[in-house]
Amino acid sequence: MKSIFNYFKEIFVAIAALLKGMKVTGYYFVHPGQIVTQQYPENRASLQMFERFKGEVVMPHDEKNEHKCTACGICEINCPNGSIEIISEMLLSQEGKKKRVLSKHIYHLGMCTFCNLCVKTCPSNALKMDQTFEHAVFDRAKLTKVLNKPGSVLSKGAEE
Amino acid sequence: MKFNIYDLSSFTSSFDQLLMENFSPFWAVAIEMILIGIAILAFYAVVGLYLVYAERKVCAFMQCRVGPNRVGPYGFFQTIADLIKLLMKELIPIKNADKLLFNLAPFIVIIASFMAIAAIPFAKGLHAIDFNIGIFYIMAVSSLGVVGILIAGWSSNNKYSLIGAMRSGAQIVSYELSVGLSLITIVILAGSLQLSTIVEAQREGWFLFTGHIPALIAFLVFLVAATAETNRGPFDLAEAESELTAGFHTEYSGIKFAFFFLAEYMNMFIVASIAATMFLGGWMPFHVGGWVAFNDVMDFIPPFLWYIGKTAFIIFIMMWFKWTFPRLRIDQLLTLEWKYLLPINLVNILIMAFVVLMGWHF
Repeated sequence: MKSIFNYFKEIFVAIAALLKGMKVTGYYFVHPGQIVTQQYPENRASLQMFERFKGEVVMPHDEKNEHKCTACGICEINCPNGSIEIISEMLLSQEGKKKRVLSKHIYHLGMCTFCNLCVKTCPSNALKMDQTFEHAVFDRAKLTKVLNKPGSVLSKGAEE
Repeated sequence: MKFNIYDLSSFTSSFDQLLMENFSPFWAVAIEMILIGIAILAFYAVVGLYLVYAERKVCAFMQCRVGPNRVGPYGFFQTIADLIKLLMKELIPIKNADKLLFNLAPFIVIIASFMAIAAIPFAKGLHAIDFNIGIFYIMAVSSLGVVGILIAGWSSNNKYSLIGAMRSGAQIVSYELSVGLSLITIVILAGSLQLSTIVEAQREGWFLFTGHIPALIAFLVFLVAATAETNRGPFDLAEAESELTAGFHTEYSGIKFAFFFLAEYMNMFIVASIAATMFLGGWMPFHVGGWVAFNDVMDFIPPFLWYIGKTAFIIFIMMWFKWTFPRLRIDQLLTLEWKYLLPINLVNILIMAFVVLMGWHF
């Protein structure tokens, strides 16, 4: 007798559970306001990317055209794909000390996997991830970028 | 030629007379068959394409997405673009496949669903062929599709296809029972297998309401079993993407794949229209006994729209199933049929026979 009762109980419990699931999807069906899709090309002007989104590596410059890169080469060593090349030159300072100065920070966007290791390991916080993502170009050479702006110098306080 | 949207039988019979006057009977029948064939073919293509569109939209809304929205307004021409793409794609020949059976299988599947459409009553007079065993014929013909699926799985020379096809076979053999028995419940109530008589018997009230509890149980059982029979929704073990890549149609490409795809959606349309005809009164308007003004308003809506509306409702429920429930395992699938649906169905037939004998239905 008990097994017969359980058989029917099982059926009604199962139907109730199924209806619960259908209620959720039915709610979403009749509430189009819940749609989360971003209609991208149309909303380009108002598109807000997430804070954690990593678009490309950039080197911030302040208003005096100064960056913080000391050309130490740690980002180049840490990059798993070899997408960073640092070209530096040795200059003699007025006291006669040798000093390494950045001439070109070359970044190959086409090889980058956006792992963020260069940004994380930079001892002077000279690099950061930008949120731009429209990187498509017709010529592969355009994906090789020089991150330091022409004529920029190391900012004074960065070396301490 | 009179054209009356509420009763198309005068239109079809006067058209028949016109042909009979101008041609010999053989040619008149031949022309009628060709015209009906072309009409059904066009209907088949349009309905198949727009069911795919509807499915993608319904699924998108249920998952908080937008769905196709690029080709035409609201993505309305998306599936037509897809069809053109499929038509232009290469038909890849498979090494070591059974060439004859491999090429035959999509046609078997599509012919099975094509034949079933012929016996469906769309509106009063809009009924290609009215067999006196109509519902039996539809059940027999629509389950032929599984032969095509089995052949497709076997001839592809691919283990995933074969597993998918065998699963589909096991599934259809068991669920065909439930579909048939739940329809027999209604046939007992209607006292006829002829679809026009069954629809006519629902003039005063749809069988879902006049047959009360046994009809309601039969309706629920039919919905579950029909979803399983079309290889859809939580019962799509035959093509289980995550396990079998695409099941029986893994090796098919281009238009042959499109045939399987269209046939799947047409099978859904066919079982939905069987459900609408048997339980929800086919093209009969919704009537409440005694409410004359209300019944007149309902009569004003053409029968064809009633039919399409009911079918769309059933199709929506089946899509709702598909995008809500997770896929069953094969043992759960067979347990559901043999331990639950079948015994309930058999008892339900007894109850229905008793109700009809005692005259307890409305």
